[in-house]
Amino acid sequence: MTATSGFGAGKSMSPIGWLGVPIFLSALATILLATPIRIFGFSIPQPVFPLALAFAWALIRPSVLPPFVLLVMGLFLDVFWGGEPGLWPLCFLTAYAAVLAVRRLILGQDFIVMWASYAAATALAFAVGYGVMAMIAGAFPSLIALGWQYLATLILFPFAHRLVGRFEDADVRFR
Amino acid sequence: MSLRDGPLGDIKVPLTWSAAAALVIAVIIAVALLLTRSHDPVKAGAYDAARHAVDAVESPVGSALSAPVRWTGDGVDYVRGYFFAVSENRQLRAELAKAHATQDQLGAMQVENARLRAVLGIATNPPLPHIAAETISDSHGPFANTRLANAGAGQGVTEGNPVISEHGLVGRIVGVSKRVSRVLLLTDAESRTPVLLVRTNGRAILSGDGGESPKLDYLRTSIGVKEGDRVLTSGDGGVFPRGLPVGTVVRGLDGGWHVALDSDAAPIDYVQILLFTDFSQLAQAQALAPKELPTAMTEEPNPSIAPPTTSAPVPAKPVPAKVVAAKAGAPKSDASKPDAVKAPKAKLASASAVKPASAKPAVAKPHAAKVAASSDDAKPATAKAAKSASDAKAASPGHKPKPKPSTTQYSDVPL
Repeated sequence: MTATSGFGAGKSMSPIGWLGVPIFLSALATILLATPIRIFGFSIPQPVFPLALAFAWALIRPSVLPPFVLLVMGLFLDVFWGGEPGLWPLCFLTAYAAVLAVRRLILGQDFIVMWASYAAATALAFAVGYGVMAMIAGAFPSLIALGWQYLATLILFPFAHRLVGRFEDADVRFR
Repeated sequence: MSLRDGPLGDIKVPLTWSAAAALVIAVIIAVALLLTRSHDPVKAGAYDAARHAVDAVESPVGSALSAPVRWTGDGVDYVRGYFFAVSENRQLRAELAKAHATQDQLGAMQVENARLRAVLGIATNPPLPHIAAETISDSHGPFANTRLANAGAGQGVTEGNPVISEHGLVGRIVGVSKRVSRVLLLTDAESRTPVLLVRTNGRAILSGDGGESPKLDYLRTSIGVKEGDRVLTSGDGGVFPRGLPVGTVVRGLDGGWHVALDSDAAPIDYVQILLFTDFSQLAQAQALAPKELPTAMTEEPNPSIAPPTTSAPVPAKPVPAKVVAAKAGAPKSDASKPDAVKAPKAKLASASAVKPASAKPAVAKPHAAKVAASSDDAKPATAKAAKSASDAKAASPGHKPKPKPSTTQYSDVPL
């Protein structure tokens, strides 16, 4: 994607644009998918939207804001889903840290390679959550349930890729 | 004055470093939150103010979002009802035929059960109050399985209350706001529920793991477990009342025993919250005191197990008994027999003709009762005979028994 083709490309990166709007949409989608309905007898999947944001934000540029935004979003998910406070923030920050550490290797790669990177970062986040929950609950959570949510989250990669494409060229200093 | 204009404005810090520093701080906060919270989901205080606030905001939002979904579902069901009306009617007729047979058995067993409970002096549970609620939000990931119900402290809901659907146990309340409460589902990784297996009377702990079918842990049964065994709450520990339907035993993919939950049979959109906190609320002597002994259904009751109210020695006073029998229209040959033999037969006749719950109580003041009232010695036998007389009167042709409110002392949890 060139600097003039994407939305926001060539413009200044306001925090509202690359942090505020995505996190709002992410929260909205999370609330929508928490509606207690069933389709053909199955509950609708509940992907973890902020994981896509954690991946994209780490690639777009290093910044002080994303870790704290992820912390707040994780706490919201903990409260909204009724989980352990601190669990999802730790998962998001783990994924963010991993991608931030290797962002120069990922940036500019092919779509499939980036998707594989996203899958690895998401797997790491779920592994941390799995370990923390196992310690808290004293038993191992179901791998099947974990797998379903992991797959549902993997499907979100096109959104993360779109977000990266919109903002990664906004400031060439971070390439 | 901006930071760049200050004395530190010339210091150049790589953005990656500052991002990493922010990351470390955020991680420390997250870990601190994890380490400092109470991990008892039912313990008071575990549900903090932030959760109350989010739940209170989420309640109207969730209601508004779920309403169109419910309307759509109702519309689909309405249309589908036309297409499947014939087959559904056949199925319902078959189920109704089975239900009639089951109902007959159930009625007989209820009477027998109440009788045995009274004879054995078992303290039975009074009815549990409950309120209905609608679930407005759902989370079903591997780390949290909860729902939000639109009834809260304003309706009397407290933490720990069991929650059931029309099919079975759903979970329990772990957080209460004024108008909304959060339900920890049986499938949550932190859910532990004491259960029993109906076939073997074995005990186990139902442990949620985030999956659809919770595991059976700490299984204690000498006979073993089979697929299809029914699972109920055992009431151990006092968290749940005993006997709530939970599900059916199935073999899991991991080779262990799991439970297919009854509540999964249909969407959990409406639930009942039982206002049950622990067994101390059931241990009310006034509520548990038996008020009336159910009608005996046995032809020859064993005097050794008869309850004190009716098993007192009956003095042989044939005179009032004969009068009673004559007034009740009993054959003379029966009236000439000793009262101890005659009364059960009269009861049996009444039991076979009239349902015990609808039998008219002994308030008809038969003449025999007046006669017997003059003699203190004859009081027990006369009272018994008066009961026989009223029963016989109830059994006589043309007599319409007055409906009588049920005084059953035991309480099955309403589903």
